[in-house]
Amino acid sequence: MERDPIYMDNQATTPVDPRVIEAMVPFLGEIYGNAASRNHAFGWAAEEAVDRGRSQIAGLVGARPKEIIFTSGATESDNLAIKGVAEFYADKGNHIITAVTEHKAVLDTCQALERANLAEVTYLPVDQYGRVDVDDVKKAIQDNTVLISLMYANNEIGTLHPVRAIGKLAKERGILFHCDATQGVGKVPVNVDEDGIDLMSMSAHKIYGPKGCGALYVRSRGPRVRLRAQVHGGGHERGMRSGTLNVAGIVGFGKACELCGQELEAEAGRLISLRQRLHDGLTENLEEVYLNGHPTERIPGNLNLSFSYVEGESFLMGLNREIALSSGSACTSATLEPSYVLKALGVGEELAHTSIRFGLGRFNTEEDVDYVIRRVSEVVVRLREMSPLYEMAKEGIDLKSVQWKT
Amino acid sequence: MAYTEKVIAHFEQPRNVGSFEAEEMNVGTGVVGAPECGDVMKLQLKINPQTEVIEDAKFKTFGCGSAIASSSYVTELVKGKTVAEAFEIKNTQIVAELSLPPVKIHCSVLAEDAIKAAVADWRDQGSTKKDAA
Repeated sequence: MERDPIYMDNQATTPVDPRVIEAMVPFLGEIYGNAASRNHAFGWAAEEAVDRGRSQIAGLVGARPKEIIFTSGATESDNLAIKGVAEFYADKGNHIITAVTEHKAVLDTCQALERANLAEVTYLPVDQYGRVDVDDVKKAIQDNTVLISLMYANNEIGTLHPVRAIGKLAKERGILFHCDATQGVGKVPVNVDEDGIDLMSMSAHKIYGPKGCGALYVRSRGPRVRLRAQVHGGGHERGMRSGTLNVAGIVGFGKACELCGQELEAEAGRLISLRQRLHDGLTENLEEVYLNGHPTERIPGNLNLSFSYVEGESFLMGLNREIALSSGSACTSATLEPSYVLKALGVGEELAHTSIRFGLGRFNTEEDVDYVIRRVSEVVVRLREMSPLYEMAKEGIDLKSVQWKT
Repeated sequence: MAYTEKVIAHFEQPRNVGSFEAEEMNVGTGVVGAPECGDVMKLQLKINPQTEVIEDAKFKTFGCGSAIASSSYVTELVKGKTVAEAFEIKNTQIVAELSLPPVKIHCSVLAEDAIKAAVADWRDQGSTKKDAA
């Protein structure tokens, strides 16, 4: 029986919630004013919608509305936070602390600053689960450290960093704390005051909102964070990010945040039980399946598993008409390198090539999970039958002792 | 990444998957690639010692869809060829048949290497088995 493909790649992006679409539609049509037009009703209607969106977003993370700066997405927010702080506080110092498993939007931004001699960056290691050690952060702090940039939750393995402890440490030492919370906001309770976050990147499309819309939270008091703008123009967003506001996007982002806030607790519980069902089902059917990331300290919708002896791209190819997943295998990446995140955890390259990310989301059901368990099990069995590594392992050959001819 | 129809066809219905029995005579085995690189191909050729014609071929591959398709295609390609003819097979032939994109050319190189490794293994065995007999 033909069925619709199952989307289970919700850390890549999420479908827009129909309630979000409904809220956005008027702003793609009859309400088209520029939120910066202060002298007519068209502008006021747009401004009012933007204000509402800003409040909804701020409400989800315990911020004040004016602390929300709209951007095109979390990549831009990361760039603005890191470059903006490095440039503004250059007189105070130029040292930044981050970690090796951060998103490329953070790592590449840090590297760009290093190349331009605008910053000196410490890239902290992580433990086997992908968590930074707060003591390592403490030891890395120098007199000239101006910024700590660490993510709330990792996009590949879902691991949650000890954000609150890092925020507390940053506060004690008078260092700004930027948190890329793209994968955390809306999934787990995030509160900028309780978590001690000074700057925070967010994205609408990871939480059932539209693509092309993100925000940077910038703390306005205790301390008041300053930034050097990266996009210049009309001085929108308190001069931190110029450009006509994406009104429909902001309306959608706001609605998405409101829904996440209302449903967070129940949805987290539901996703954790789906994740457990998926993990249990797969490990019951298949041997040598390994969990990547932390067993409990992870976002509810993420399950990252390595299926020994089955290369990730062929795994996805066996399912791609029916189920959308993603892999840390080299063949699925633009760089042809296996996942740098898994490598940082100490997962061997041979297992990194066999890793699959299951990204559960709001629209996945128990029935989806059962179907995925069945089809994934079938594909893994089929590909293992085809795998010389599986055959060798069954014959008792230690694959690590083999002299490979490359 | 979109796959070509021929890659999909070989991936979904791979030809000649498997291994010969350990006691089977006149079989050369080539294993190339490495697990940490994400590709390992095992190609086995059953060769008639008199005519040096490849009478049968089997493969097992750990790797992406294009690596599986390349090895599947190679088993079809070598059957009926003499060892000397099989040795002449170039990876470009595999690239052309399967319309592999540039990032997948290494899959075809690995398949070519697998043929050479299997033939070399058969030749080595031939000399040791004759010595034993």
